[in-house]
Amino acid sequence: MTSLPRSQHIIASGLIAAVGVSIAYISYTQEPAEAYVFPRLISAVFAVLAIWTFVKAILGRTKVGNGISGDAMLKMAPGLVVTLAYVFWAAKALGFYTATTVAFFLLLSLYDPAPHTQLKTWAKRIAITAGFVLVMYGLFAQLLNVFTPREILF
Amino acid sequence: MGDVFTPINFGLLLLGTIGGLILGATPGLSPTMAVALLIPFTFQLEPQQGLILLGAAYTSTVAGGAVSAILLKIPGAPANIATTLDGHTMALKGEGAQALQLSFLASAVGGLFGVFLLIFLTPVLAQWALAFGPSHLFWLAILGVTVIGTLDSSSVVKGLLAGCIGLWLATIGFDDIMGAQRFIFHPSVSGGINVIPALIGLFAIPQVITMFTKGRSRDDAEIISVKRHPIRLAFVEVFRRKTALFIGTITGSIIGLIPGVGGQIAGLVAYDQSKKFSRESEKFGTGHSEGVIAAESANNAMVGPSLVPLLTLSIPGSPTAAVLLGGLLIHGIFPGPDLFMNYPQVAWTFIDSMLIGQILMCIFGLYIAGLAARVARVPHAVMAAVVLGLAVFGSYSVQNSMGDVYVMASLGVGMYFLERFGFSAAPLVLGLILGPIAEANFIQGSMIANATVGMGSYFFTGWLNWLLILIVLASVSYSIWMEVAQRRYTTKDDAVAKEEALS
Repeated sequence: MTSLPRSQHIIASGLIAAVGVSIAYISYTQEPAEAYVFPRLISAVFAVLAIWTFVKAILGRTKVGNGISGDAMLKMAPGLVVTLAYVFWAAKALGFYTATTVAFFLLLSLYDPAPHTQLKTWAKRIAITAGFVLVMYGLFAQLLNVFTPREILF
Repeated sequence: MGDVFTPINFGLLLLGTIGGLILGATPGLSPTMAVALLIPFTFQLEPQQGLILLGAAYTSTVAGGAVSAILLKIPGAPANIATTLDGHTMALKGEGAQALQLSFLASAVGGLFGVFLLIFLTPVLAQWALAFGPSHLFWLAILGVTVIGTLDSSSVVKGLLAGCIGLWLATIGFDDIMGAQRFIFHPSVSGGINVIPALIGLFAIPQVITMFTKGRSRDDAEIISVKRHPIRLAFVEVFRRKTALFIGTITGSIIGLIPGVGGQIAGLVAYDQSKKFSRESEKFGTGHSEGVIAAESANNAMVGPSLVPLLTLSIPGSPTAAVLLGGLLIHGIFPGPDLFMNYPQVAWTFIDSMLIGQILMCIFGLYIAGLAARVARVPHAVMAAVVLGLAVFGSYSVQNSMGDVYVMASLGVGMYFLERFGFSAAPLVLGLILGPIAEANFIQGSMIANATVGMGSYFFTGWLNWLLILIVLASVSYSIWMEVAQRRYTTKDDAVAKEEALS
């Protein structure tokens, strides 16, 4: 195992251990105590297992999980940024259908292996995006009657 | 049975079957994820209609996964891994259509047997489960989490840890006794974590991000065109290979009954056993029809029995069954021993629809294999964007709340990173779903215990309590033993490889 995944394992298991210990601390200190009977039970097991995993990671004995390579990180980063912007900001600010159109088209443009230099492939991307948004509109707005935030355009 | 054939119910069955075949054939869309994404579409339906759609989709996605396994060497689901071994080789030899036909026929035989097992075992087990008290139900919930945690993960500790994370997530929000708010760190979760957005996020978003990590590359797998092949010959072939069909069906059914083991193990064990019992074992791996028949009959035979513990004890036998449990809960139906007393029509219509669904899956599978093959070629970029859109709309539609969308995305992104470090989504989901059952029965049991015999006696005496505790301990011990054995084996292999390199 190279040093990069090992350090990643330490960071990941350290974070989980921190969450486990925090939950155990909250469970054993918060009031009313009756509300925390079950959380106390599970948080104790959670904290013990999380600390065990953390210690194993520090000792370099973590055998499971490959971590994330720099290459994978670089490839996923733009998609992740678009996804998070879509979910946490655009969906509500621009409206579901507008935001979906933009996010869908951006993701296709970023990850579609077809060449970016041909007009035909751009037309195909626009057609797929329009088709998908129309299907979503038909399904959710018309068929299921789900009211979604609508700000710009529709 | 008549309820299945009303126009709306039969229409939904057809829709679920055809949709499931297409979703299953799409690489990257697992049955669990497909069913999770479909749940929001059932909100407008009656409970039994929703379950017909989900049950049909479950059956067909498992079978549809064979399409990409055979034509692209990419298993549509983990359950189809064994199918790639001979199915893809058959396709390379120009026998793709025959491999697809054999897989759908074998799936139908295995699936029908599995559903018959579901029909006969469920009422018996449900009757027996009526005797369960709060302490037994508490141990059952713990059993569900530990069995899935230990069997579905590559590390026992990480599996159990994921189960604990799920159980903790289930405690977020109001507690039932005092009405106090617990672990509210963001207004989105003030009412607790809704199971459906969590399921969608935990299963769909990691897959979307995984597709991103592939970048703009195309799949290296060779896409094989399907030539016509007479169905009659496939019928003859599948029933000529009785041993493989029998082993696959029986192995899949038995493995399906064990919570947490899943279709992947069923397919691989059936493949391995068929190879051992075959007169032509040397042909396995070279495009032999017995390999496809054994693997596919096993993974579909598993579907029915995996629902037995769900419908009788509220313990999902597989991750997809866990998602179905979420679907039941969203319709206000709590599975368990009372299901057949309180909602007999819903329960039996669902089971009957699974039976008809297997036959429809076979018919459509045989005729639309060519179309499904085309779906298997959809680029990752399109799939990622489609799944993301469905996940956002589906999560929002649960309660018309942006909070659910935030929960879905946060859990999904978190799960992607957890998966990279060896954690599995299934135990986490089980913890989340079974957490409220475990807590309610623990609290109820504590009250009874405090008023009567005391906690120790209430939770740790009686043969049923001990049986459940022993199964919990046995499953954890067995998994630890397997993990240690596997590690020793790997270390030995490494040592041999090093020695060979040095010499």
